[in-house]
Amino acid sequence: MKPGARLKSAACDGEFVVIRAGGGTLTCGGAPLAETVAEAVPLDPAHAGGTVMGKRYVDAAGTVELLCVKPGQGALALGGVSLVLKEAKPLPASD
Amino acid sequence: MNIALLLEMAAEAAADRVALVCDGKRWTYGELLAAARGACELIRDSGAEFVALLDESSEASVIALFGAALSGVPYCPLNYRLADADLAALLGRVAPALVIGDADRLARIAADQGHVVYARAAFTLAVQEACAPTDAVYDPGEGVAVQLFTSGTTAAPKAAILRHSNLVSYILGTVEFGGADEAESALVSVPPYHIAGIAAVASSIYAQRRIVMLPAFAPDAWLKLVEAERVTNAFVVPTMLGRIIHALDKGVRADIASLRSIAYGGGKMPLELISHALDLFPETGFTNAYGLTETSSTIALLGPQEHRAAHRSGDPAVRARLASVGIPLPTIELEIRDEDGRVLPAGEPGEIYVRGDQVSGQYRERSALDADGWFPTRDAGYLDADGYLFLSGRADDVIVRGGENISPGEIEDVLLTHPAIADAAAVAIPDPEWGEAVGLAVVVRGGFDQPAEDELKDLIRARLRSSRVPERVLFVAALPYNEMGKLLRREVKAMLAA
Repeated sequence: MKPGARLKSAACDGEFVVIRAGGGTLTCGGAPLAETVAEAVPLDPAHAGGTVMGKRYVDAAGTVELLCVKPGQGALALGGVSLVLKEAKPLPASD
Repeated sequence: MNIALLLEMAAEAAADRVALVCDGKRWTYGELLAAARGACELIRDSGAEFVALLDESSEASVIALFGAALSGVPYCPLNYRLADADLAALLGRVAPALVIGDADRLARIAADQGHVVYARAAFTLAVQEACAPTDAVYDPGEGVAVQLFTSGTTAAPKAAILRHSNLVSYILGTVEFGGADEAESALVSVPPYHIAGIAAVASSIYAQRRIVMLPAFAPDAWLKLVEAERVTNAFVVPTMLGRIIHALDKGVRADIASLRSIAYGGGKMPLELISHALDLFPETGFTNAYGLTETSSTIALLGPQEHRAAHRSGDPAVRARLASVGIPLPTIELEIRDEDGRVLPAGEPGEIYVRGDQVSGQYRERSALDADGWFPTRDAGYLDADGYLFLSGRADDVIVRGGENISPGEIEDVLLTHPAIADAAAVAIPDPEWGEAVGLAVVVRGGFDQPAEDELKDLIRARLRSSRVPERVLFVAALPYNEMGKLLRREVKAMLAA
């Protein structure tokens, strides 16, 4: 996994671009994210909640950052720990 | 991550929404993406190592930016206002390129450089006809997205490179995806070869704010387009704002009530002009954006509320902020350093250094970053006690008289308080005793008599120190500016040397 890679969820429609790459297993809807999905798997209800187009998701330590480029019903996690929405401070349009 | 992903996401979310209006033609996000993919085919087939634009802004400049990105070839918009010899030299530095724009001029000045040339209309047609295969593999975006030649106000143009990663971090860090409502539109009137033109296109597409393109700026056309397209946002350089206000003062009528926000940057905003603009457009939010080509556009912002607060305030420290460029973005680091590299406290002037993912600081020939990734901007300035950044000119413009550093801005600001002085520039002139001394070029305001040299010298001596008093004063009809409103100090030096 490296920055720019596009990862897909096997458990939902979600697709993500890697902004910051780190170690550990990334999952969406409970299933590992991968560049190609061989087989769809059911969504784990413990990892539901969904992702939103254009939002960035990070782990608490800031080692991993994913950009949602296609939303889905699954929630993201790193090593079983949920990723959180990266809040951006809204800035006035400057250009 | 490839910057073309910004357009792909916009097209994924709203393929049929209008993305761009230019010369009356409307392009949806889906159509723009298809055209960019067609452009990628065209660029790959041409074997070009650069995509160069020799044209005003149009749909072609947007398609070329993203088409070049998809193909993995740097996009290099050129300043078509340059003289033939200067332009031919820059074209030679990007050969062989796929060049879009003025085909006749290219044939005249660079026929032997191996370029593949398309006039604007031919390019726009060809990219729509080129069928991109559905299984096309696009560039991953690990390299250079854009190469911009700096305007070269102090030296020969440098080829600044912006990587996909620099531009993408700038956009992701400052723009909310799809954050604009459907009524919003951004009027883009800066030239395509300016970083503000590139940033405006990329941010508007990611925010899904409709781009209204004005290929060549003229105040009347700008006002008419605001009315016709119900434009809500616009970016201008100070010179443009001055000309727009002048047109309104002269009686040009246009309904511009839709304008919610005007951002400006790219040059020093005269205090008088921004104060006048705040009075004239009481409902409009003004944003001052400070940035450089090498930093992928904006690194500090003075926002709408801060403008109004400063304009209304009776506190001199708060009022002074109208002349500041605001607070550094939360996504970058900024420091003021002295000549020995020491970080200076608030209030002390020095050189502005920045660091962050959006900061490239690299030229084709060399990197300007220090070992820790800091970029010396060569802009001089200081931070006030509350963290507001004030600029005092280019570090290279500092006049060093007998070891004492003199900022041209402080002398110019004093001179502009004189009622008979319309414009002034202070530059270094060679001096046998001091190494350098202050030379002044001064423009007298219409309707006033030329003040005596001694009167100006006395004014400077009274308000500043005697070291600031000019050795030489030249009265001129006008000062030399480039089309973006930047004072060409090397030309002022030449005037004083003549």
